[in-house]
Amino acid sequence: MMRRTLAVAVKEVLQLRRDWRTALALVGMPVVLLLIYGFALSFDVRHVRLAVVDADGSRAAREVERAFVHSGYFDLVHRGEDSRIVDSLLDSGRAQAALVIPAGHAAALAASRPSAVQLVLDGSDAQTAATVLAYARQIVAAVSPPPRRPPSAGSAAARPLVWYNPDLASSRFLVPGLVAFILMVTTVIATALAVVREKERGSWESLRATPLGALELLAGKTLPYLVLAAAAAAGALLLAHVLFQVPLRGSPLWLALVTLLFLLGGLGWGVFLSTLADTQQVAFQAALFTTMLPTLLLSGFIFPISSMPPLIQAITHLVPARYFLIALRGIVLKGTGPEVWGADMIGLAVFAVAVLALATVRTVRSL
Amino acid sequence: MSSAIAVEARRLTRTFGTFRAVDDVSFAVPRGEVFGFLGSNGAGKTTTIRILCGLLAPTSGSASVAGLDVATQAAAIKERVGYMSQRFSLYTDLTVEENLRFWGAAYGLHGARAAARRHWALEMADLTGRRRTLVRELPGGLRQRLALGAALLHSPPIAFLDEPTGGVDPAARRRFWGVIDGLAAGGTTIFVTTHFMDEAERCHRVALMHAGRLVALDTPARLKAAFGADTVFEVRSRSPQAALRILEGTAGVAEATLFGEALHVVLTTPDAVAAVHGALNGGGEAGAEIRPIPPTLEDVFMRAIAAAARADGGAAGDRP
Repeated sequence: MMRRTLAVAVKEVLQLRRDWRTALALVGMPVVLLLIYGFALSFDVRHVRLAVVDADGSRAAREVERAFVHSGYFDLVHRGEDSRIVDSLLDSGRAQAALVIPAGHAAALAASRPSAVQLVLDGSDAQTAATVLAYARQIVAAVSPPPRRPPSAGSAAARPLVWYNPDLASSRFLVPGLVAFILMVTTVIATALAVVREKERGSWESLRATPLGALELLAGKTLPYLVLAAAAAAGALLLAHVLFQVPLRGSPLWLALVTLLFLLGGLGWGVFLSTLADTQQVAFQAALFTTMLPTLLLSGFIFPISSMPPLIQAITHLVPARYFLIALRGIVLKGTGPEVWGADMIGLAVFAVAVLALATVRTVRSL
Repeated sequence: MSSAIAVEARRLTRTFGTFRAVDDVSFAVPRGEVFGFLGSNGAGKTTTIRILCGLLAPTSGSASVAGLDVATQAAAIKERVGYMSQRFSLYTDLTVEENLRFWGAAYGLHGARAAARRHWALEMADLTGRRRTLVRELPGGLRQRLALGAALLHSPPIAFLDEPTGGVDPAARRRFWGVIDGLAAGGTTIFVTTHFMDEAERCHRVALMHAGRLVALDTPARLKAAFGADTVFEVRSRSPQAALRILEGTAGVAEATLFGEALHVVLTTPDAVAAVHGALNGGGEAGAEIRPIPPTLEDVFMRAIAAAARADGGAAGDRP
């Protein structure tokens, strides 16, 4: 069994060595994709085009304005005293937000009366608008003088304390998800083509006529890709750490084990698709269709699973990236151990074994 | 293998949906025989071979190879047969040596025996000096012999060769058949499909399949003898084209084909030769030279297929 599996693996390696471009693409592509999309993918909003209408002209007003501009989130695109221009600025898109400081702002503050500073937002991009609103609240709170009267007795105040990602940088949350997404897509494509290629060139028929067992064949074909995928995963995780400040607070060994299980599941799914398809084109389409959207939408990569309807939540149990992301984020961001994500690791193992078993059964049955 | 019968099919049938690819086929191939399997594309040859190699389960009927049942002992059969598929099965992006190493290992060989068998295959294929050549750089004839060597690395008692000489030049085909004759002399049973009549003539026995059924099976000599004397004629005339047009409309002429400068004419009965004389004389081709010739295997097969098609109610019009 071992000898024959190894013979298949050696043959596959020899072919990959002659087709080194494919091998290089398998290892290099995840790193390149992470480089491109890691920078693009962020919920952090920067360079918001801000118009400032200062009808007060006081020092206090300029202080508010400066706090906005110096926060680093805003670019000042207009400055004036007449608020009537705000409409046209937002309509034309020249500004995404307008800060209007009313006349009498300084006077109100001097008299210890509250002064309402108006922020007009372009809400057509709700996500950005909500984020900008949150920034603005923080900035205004920071420049407001503390209330002189103590809060009335018995009132509760929430004091947010954010752990694991204190500055709430979305990259720490998103980059691990992106790594999972990229690895899933590339591993499935890698092996989805592996068996179909043999079918297309006619060697599959001859392989099946030898005493090679289905499992020996599939395991031998998967093994070299597991090595390549592991190298790709190591590269991607290293890049995430160096370039996107994704920490590694947990055990590197657990990280390696969980990642290998995840990769094995992806490769196994690719092999399974390969046993179903008859042409490389069909296999490729099936690989994209079954990995991209499910991993993007149903893994908790971007949208929290807990806020999905129950039926969709049930479906997410079939998406291996779901388990991987919980374990990966746990290990790198929180430094947690298997006592927290052990069930997810088992989920990954079950998926890998199940798809490889399915592929084997398919191969035996396709006689 | 103790039995004298290497391959046996008993009422073997395989359907795909409503299509009967192999339809109630029975035959037995004794050990050491070169058994030719002929028929047009889609006649069921490859399907039969795939069943016999344990790659496809029969729908009904049974078959045994090397004394093992194809439906229940496919794994054991795979160790005892060599299969050279119609589609070229070597890896063209591997070298000669790498291919032989891989296929040897796939058949479970290792160590000294594997090395000895690789040596045998290289000698047989005349590739001893080109072990490091990529297979894609080899000419077709050499590739074909290497593929045969790869399929026989484990010294199987039975070899299934599915159109092994397709796309190979005549000299290379002749050499290939030299190898086949040598293997058969050594006791290997060869089950081979072909489209070439000269190759069919070299088989000990030939079977003809048509539309999934076996329509003829015997030695080439006996098949031709049974065809009936005095029904095949060669006609030489001033205008072979004109003669062809005349004979195509003559009663009693089963088949008239242009063969170089002459016409090859097959009659339904020996008596019909009078009608041929009459038609040619009446049609302005008087003085044509008409002489009986021995039938070819092709004549035998055309008649067998025509008879099978008539039995089907004239439904089948395809020819090999």
